[in-house]
Amino acid sequence: MRHPLVRALFGTKLNAAITLLMLAAFALVLPPLFRWAIGTAVWNAPNRAGCEAADTGACWAFIRARLALFFYGIYPVDQRWRVDAGLVVLVVIGTGALFARRHRGLWLLALAVLIPVIDGILLVGGIFGLELVPTGQWGGLMLNVVISFVALGGSIPLGIALAFGRRSKYPVIRYGSIAMIEFWRGVPLLAVLFMGLILLPLFLPNGVNIDNLVRALVVLTLFTSAYMAEIVRGGLQGVQSGQPEAALALGMHTAQVQLLVVLPQALRLSIPGFINIAVDLFKDTTLVSIVGLFDLMGVVNQSLKDTAWTGLAAEGYTFAALVFFFACLIISLGGSVLERHFAIAPGSTKH
Amino acid sequence: MTTKQKALAWQALAVIAAGAVVLWFAHNVVDNLAQRSITFGFGFLFTRAGFDIPFHLVAWDESFTYGHALYVAGVNTLFAAALIIILASALGLALALMRLSGNPLAVGTARVLIEVIRNTPQLTQIVFFYLAVLQVLPPMRQSIHVGASIFLNVRGLYVPAPSGTGWDWIVAGTIVIVMIAAVSWRRLGVQVPRLIVLPPVLLLGLVLAGFTAQWDPPALKGFNFVGGVRLPPELVALTLGITVYTSAFIAEIVRAAIMGVHRGQAEAARSLGLSAAQTMFVVILPQALRILIPPLTSQYLNIIKSTTLGAAIAYPEILQVYARTVLNQSGRAIEVMTLVLGVFLAINLLASAAMNAWNRHLTLQGR
Amino acid sequence: MTVPALLLRAGRLALTVGVAIVTTAAIAHAQLAPPPGPTAENIKKRGALACGVDTGVPGFAAQDNTGKWKGLDIDYCRAIAAAVLGDPDKVRYTPTTAAARFTVLQAGEIDVLIRDSTLTFTRSNQLGLDEVAVNFYAGQGFLVRKSIGVQKAAELQGATICMITGATLELNIADFARSTGAKIGSLLFEKPEEAIAAMEAGRCDGYSDDSGSLAGMRSTLKNPSEWIIMPELISKEPLGIHARSGDPRWQKILFWLDTALKTAEEFGITQANADELRKTSKNPFILRLLGAEGDTGKQLGLDSDWAFRAIKATGNYGEIYDRHFGPNALNLPRGLNNLYNNGGMHYTLPFR
Repeated sequence: MRHPLVRALFGTKLNAAITLLMLAAFALVLPPLFRWAIGTAVWNAPNRAGCEAADTGACWAFIRARLALFFYGIYPVDQRWRVDAGLVVLVVIGTGALFARRHRGLWLLALAVLIPVIDGILLVGGIFGLELVPTGQWGGLMLNVVISFVALGGSIPLGIALAFGRRSKYPVIRYGSIAMIEFWRGVPLLAVLFMGLILLPLFLPNGVNIDNLVRALVVLTLFTSAYMAEIVRGGLQGVQSGQPEAALALGMHTAQVQLLVVLPQALRLSIPGFINIAVDLFKDTTLVSIVGLFDLMGVVNQSLKDTAWTGLAAEGYTFAALVFFFACLIISLGGSVLERHFAIAPGSTKH
Repeated sequence: MTTKQKALAWQALAVIAAGAVVLWFAHNVVDNLAQRSITFGFGFLFTRAGFDIPFHLVAWDESFTYGHALYVAGVNTLFAAALIIILASALGLALALMRLSGNPLAVGTARVLIEVIRNTPQLTQIVFFYLAVLQVLPPMRQSIHVGASIFLNVRGLYVPAPSGTGWDWIVAGTIVIVMIAAVSWRRLGVQVPRLIVLPPVLLLGLVLAGFTAQWDPPALKGFNFVGGVRLPPELVALTLGITVYTSAFIAEIVRAAIMGVHRGQAEAARSLGLSAAQTMFVVILPQALRILIPPLTSQYLNIIKSTTLGAAIAYPEILQVYARTVLNQSGRAIEVMTLVLGVFLAINLLASAAMNAWNRHLTLQGR
Repeated sequence: MTVPALLLRAGRLALTVGVAIVTTAAIAHAQLAPPPGPTAENIKKRGALACGVDTGVPGFAAQDNTGKWKGLDIDYCRAIAAAVLGDPDKVRYTPTTAAARFTVLQAGEIDVLIRDSTLTFTRSNQLGLDEVAVNFYAGQGFLVRKSIGVQKAAELQGATICMITGATLELNIADFARSTGAKIGSLLFEKPEEAIAAMEAGRCDGYSDDSGSLAGMRSTLKNPSEWIIMPELISKEPLGIHARSGDPRWQKILFWLDTALKTAEEFGITQANADELRKTSKNPFILRLLGAEGDTGKQLGLDSDWAFRAIKATGNYGEIYDRHFGPNALNLPRGLNNLYNNGGMHYTLPFR
């Protein structure tokens, strides 16, 4: 009972009981899990039969055989360097935006403008001698990343507009914004994605045809922007009223005050909310398989139907879950770096 | 032009623009429908559905109409949502207390659990729970059973169903009496601990009803158990999946709220001689409730919407029954999807209004 | 430059770029949609056939390790591309879900839908589609555990069957119950993987789908030998090729291509011997089909080698069937899918 750790674990009767209970649960769950995932797992086999012959644990050979597919979908093999190049651009600019000592604003600008342009050209192609790769061939994790990035990027300006709209003194704009926000927050994503797929052609002039991916992007962007609007609204409410008053007193226009004084502070307050939305959005991209796009989950499901590798759902889903976990972790970590950078200087009042 | 006129002009412009877009859409729809010779109308709601809904809480068979199917599926959705809201709140609270327990093992485990749950897709978790539930339960012919009336197997939990007359009135009557007593006593200032007499009254009523009713026990006939009431594994898995997922978010909300209650409160309560549990449940949590209701509302709304993921594991909720089966059978995509979205909007707006009312009530009390 | 000003500028720029991209994309995609009219010309202009296929069912359409599509329906797409474009690889596959397949075709996103889809009255008349040809005769059947010892569908009275929604499966079961009095419970899943997993866990007594898909699904089970596909079918599901109404010539190309693949089997023309037969055969039917005589291609608006190229690309119908359903693949007996002279249903119109 001397060591602080011992005291923390067994200090009181309740604590001792909790500790013992948890240890028992670990003993029950962890050893079989370890045996399956690592101890008796098979890493090398030509097909499922090969896995079974070798051992009874997880058949990771399946994941290895399909790894490229999980990341690129059916993007043409000889063109996959473009996806890699796009990823490098994203990582370089993303890292710059997170960690650069100076000109952080410029880096963020690059993130918002350069990446859509460069990666758009790289992935779609059709110009500069790059072969056109139709979105039907996009897939895997790359699709999750593309969808999240575009929907997040699109929803930030839209969400800001809606948040201001909700505070507008004009009733038409206020109620219009409220209706928009409440509609998108009130309907299940699955249902609106489906609606976008099935019904969008009916709402457009005859013959106009929109790419499946674009449809999913539009729906996800609108859906996300409603949540974004509420986060920004919270941020706007958090800005001290003295700030706009001071700015007005300095002779700025109302619009200038809102955009240059209030909004930046509100956005700063909204960063944690943005990160939550980004993580949710990234996870929600798995739902696009419902509209016939093969994101990572879709490709995993598809792979489970390969007759050479049947009955390996546990391995496939575990892999997908791990990938999502680490991707979301990266988003969260990146978010906390941003949050720290933009944190209000010590000494000023927090909300 | 004065500012006011300007404002009016801008708003009029916005209305006109929005109206033009809506008209354009409407025009396209009419045009497209005509071109594809598709008719529009809700008459199909009164035609015979002809399909089975394997789990239903209100009467259903194939001869009922499509319109009735919406009611049956809607009840299924609401039932699952209500169940999940209760369980997720409890589990979320438990996880939050675990994180605040001070026991490093419990804190660490809770943190890892919350991070893993929050960072993996919900659909994957639901499918995982479904397959796990199916793996754990025994096959039908090796059911776990209590006597010859309660059976648990991979097809679900079967318990005897009450039938006959009178029992339902006793149950409803007891519940109404207990609720009226609870509400009016609190108004009259009766202390919370005295309310402890009410659960036994409720229990007594239920026992009485149990003796009045005739019981129709489930029995294995051919391929399946027949008779009785069944709790299907789809509902269990959906409930587990969404409960676990949402509870991770609720845990963080509760933790933030508890930490938001002033430290002095807990210290004062302890110095008055209250136990740790009393301090938590009588002093801290009621105050934390005020902070956590707005974010909790969003979580509850998310739960209602997430029930649509039940379509993946064969739970017959609105999306599955309507946006799949009815849409496919009737071919009425626009009408069906309008209904589905309308129903969800209505449920969510009502739930949101109820939570806001509760919030206002609590805020007023706090003054 | 201050951060807020930068953010403001960034926002404005992003907005402009975004609007520009969306507009360009919209215009680009608007142009991709074919104007009403000659589908074959559009395909040639585009340089690729847009073929709507299943999202994944072994035998008909599934992706292998490298993401390459394989299956009977896929071979049909390839044969069409070979006939029209001269290259079986110039196909753009669009996977479609059961719920969305016809809308996608109606909207003009694909040129042809070959997606183990049943040709029915409603689809022909209500949805504005043409039922071009049957490439697989199936019926709704049941995959059940051998040990339950059921021989006929009527004996499944009271059983629970797993299946997917969005097709006519549950309606067929309800119709079957109505006409025979045998009530079969159905459990409806979004995707076959979960349905199959539930069945293997004992949640259902069996799985129901069209007979071709059943063979494919059986192959994905953990222990395929423990399961049988019941011989009885409770519905007729002639699966085949759907095209948009309004382009009779495109329909004719699709119809006669299907006929050519089956005729090739009837006359013993295979992927391997097509070259030789074209030079050495004395049979006028073979010579006409392979383009050595006559002008079948010209009448369809194609060149004379159209059928020859299709057969070279995929083999005849029997070869395609064997590749995906034969003893070395899913091992589904040909049954109704034999040619008429072997007791099957494929009776082709003559090339005269």
